[in-house]
Amino acid sequence: MTSIDWAKVRADFPILAQQVNGKPLLYLDNAASSQKPRAVISALVNYYERDNANVHRGLHELSSRATDAYEGARVKVAKYLGAASAEEIVFTRGTTEAINLVAQTWGARFVREGDVILLTEMEHHSNLVPWQMLAERTGARLRFVPVAEDGTLALERLGDLLTAEVKMFAFTHISNSLGTINPVAELCRAARAVGAVTLVDAAQSIGHLPVDVREMGCDFLAFSGHKMCAPTGSGALYGRAELLDAMPPWHGGGEMIVTVSYERSTYKKAPARFEAGTPNIAGAVGLGAAVDYIEGIGRATIFEHDLALTRHALARLGELPGVRVQGPRDRRGGLVGFTMDAAHPHDLTTFADQHGLALRGGHHCNMPLMKKLRLPGTTRASFYFYNTKVEVDRMADILAEAVRFFA
Amino acid sequence: MSTELDELYQSVILDHSKRPRNFGEIADGAVHVHGDNPSCGDEIDLSVKFGADGLVEDVKFKGMGCAISQASASLMTMKLKGKSEADAREMLRAFHDIVTVEVAEPPRMLGDLRLLAGVKKFPQRVKCAMLAWRAFEQALERKGDGPTVSTEPH
Repeated sequence: MTSIDWAKVRADFPILAQQVNGKPLLYLDNAASSQKPRAVISALVNYYERDNANVHRGLHELSSRATDAYEGARVKVAKYLGAASAEEIVFTRGTTEAINLVAQTWGARFVREGDVILLTEMEHHSNLVPWQMLAERTGARLRFVPVAEDGTLALERLGDLLTAEVKMFAFTHISNSLGTINPVAELCRAARAVGAVTLVDAAQSIGHLPVDVREMGCDFLAFSGHKMCAPTGSGALYGRAELLDAMPPWHGGGEMIVTVSYERSTYKKAPARFEAGTPNIAGAVGLGAAVDYIEGIGRATIFEHDLALTRHALARLGELPGVRVQGPRDRRGGLVGFTMDAAHPHDLTTFADQHGLALRGGHHCNMPLMKKLRLPGTTRASFYFYNTKVEVDRMADILAEAVRFFA
Repeated sequence: MSTELDELYQSVILDHSKRPRNFGEIADGAVHVHGDNPSCGDEIDLSVKFGADGLVEDVKFKGMGCAISQASASLMTMKLKGKSEADAREMLRAFHDIVTVEVAEPPRMLGDLRLLAGVKKFPQRVKCAMLAWRAFEQALERKGDGPTVSTEPH
């Protein structure tokens, strides 16, 4: 473990120092959205107080500064992902928009009736519904890699499922409800062998462990800024340059055109082609600041911290009667979904909230998976680097009290 | 321990959620309604049998969900039996009031349903408490159609 002063890191997050329902806030809903450090909040304030203007068009000082800040953030994100160039980064509102962009533009050009889109049974609705919509429009079929009893993908089925008809294999890096870390590089290799394009949903991994698109060997990768200390409404799609340039535009408008006549227009190359209208400039600036902040700690260090908290949580939850943890024992990220015999997830999250503990209860946008696992939902605790072992103990104590309360 | 929690989860409520009364399905001559709260996954299948006199002859429910939704359904079925449509609608309105606004004196006709008044401190849980009642409201609206096999209002 590197020598990080975690107490000092935690003090960078003003929101954490507050009372909720009369108790110190214990924020363990990081898989839904992370909190923001002062560095990111200040980047937004500075941008709006000093540099705010529209990008790419004004021939004045503020517009140049805004453009530099916006494009500078793109360079930071490209480096953060290990992309070959900044042109491979399209800013989006987040993971959902990034996946829809691919489904609607790449999908419109390359997916035909009878083609197969391969997904997994553990996808978040955001990596399921856009493909269902594409399948409805084109007559393509959906196939799913099953989730095994232990919460991992049934990889022995991959050979049967990943056939030459598969045009797209889209899957999550880390399951948002089970915590499973999927073997992304292996899945991308298998897809490439049959000529399928890959999309990785990195929503849960992006701020938690090293993510390098060239090491993974993926064609597309989607993520949200707000789960990695950046503002809501920020995020990006990574796409290999040759794929992005072969895709038709999505939204039409300013910024994405070269020439416009009353009859027709010509379009810029990526990424401008996919960024019609005034973008979320401040969001991109905040995302760039978040990249700097996270790299200052180091993603490998963050992952170790996540794992230490998760192991401790698994041990403490294991002591509670009637509590069952979902997902694999090993190869899992910093979140723990569980059920408690005595209490439904919604009763438990209400109980926790009254103790200042923010958990998530429900189907976690995994309705088909919950149905398959025959669960009415789960309760999820998800950790980030500002959480502490003491907080995990406090969570376990609150849950133990809930077991007695609802018994 | 938080007072709000104790008020929300009184022993009678926890008892009804664990051992729901009138749990099941009415086989013949009933109006069947399915209701759910898609955002949280709570579900209910309600069957209501109306007598020749228009009174609620029998009510049963099946479902899964949180303690609040299950207890509310269980207590509701007990209270509705034998009620006229007008009385049932009055009860529905009164119940909605006690889980959403401060009511100085909750009407006696609600009986143990008054124990669910703690829900008003938890606005996110109002839809849990109202799930069975919304289903019952649907059943009233379909009363004239006669018995149904199974319906999906969503």
